Amino acid sequence: MSASVEQLSCQELVELVTSYFEGALPADERASFEHHIEGCTGCHEYVRQMRTTIELTGRLTTADLSPAAEAKLLTVFRNWKSPR
Amino acid sequence: MYNASLLRVALIYVASRAVAEDVVQETWIGVLNGIDRFEGRSSLKTWIFRILTNIAKTRGQREGRTVPFSALERPDAVPEAAVDADRFLPADHGRWPGHWASKPERWPEERLLAAETRAVVEQAIERLPPAQRTVISLRDVEGWSSDETRNALGVSETNQRVLLHRARSKVRQALEDYFSEAQ
Repeated sequence: MSASVEQLSCQELVELVTSYFEGALPADERASFEHHIEGCTGCHEYVRQMRTTIELTGRLTTADLSPAAEAKLLTVFRNWKSPR
Repeated sequence: MYNASLLRVALIYVASRAVAEDVVQETWIGVLNGIDRFEGRSSLKTWIFRILTNIAKTRGQREGRTVPFSALERPDAVPEAAVDADRFLPADHGRWPGHWASKPERWPEERLLAAETRAVVEQAIERLPPAQRTVISLRDVEGWSSDETRNALGVSETNQRVLLHRARSKVRQALEDYFSEAQ
């Protein structure tokens, strides 16, 4: 493990959280990330908050087409004739 | 079936919801007319979103909107920190450079599922720039994979991740602000 990776600061760590979740960190950076959050209460809590954020976002439902646009679309589907 | 996602992606390229709805409708017409030519080399979902982005880009160009493309293609052009620099000790600090000056506090567990908290998340996502809003919506609201998302938007994996990271970081910050002011 290189010295620069070993000395990952909190300010650097917060920029790596998504890459960490996505499994996109190289092995040495991943190890250094995990080592850091084990020993640092601030970053441990930060990573927890990011997980909570993702969970809460996952509870939202999506806004769909307006009823008028949906009705228009249905008309298009109904009137559509295959070119064949 | 994908109308909400189609609408969201269209809104990256065109200014108004009305135009975006037109784009979605044109997309389905394009799908119906072109389905015979669909060769199954990509997934059907990816193919539908390609049709949408082509139509939306053309409409957006006609409207003179070009800014969002750079947001998708070069998100790193404008650096953005996940957390404000003043939350950390300065780089020239003798002992702990770049460590927390003010640590994140534990969030109140019992308020996480409250309707008000949900509204905070919703508003934070609404305020995001369109490219970030779209990526977080597809990934975290609709549960798409990173491959599905980057194929639909035609962005690199790295850029998709940068946009997602910025979006999630801002939503986290909004929640932190909310919980710390309301205690």
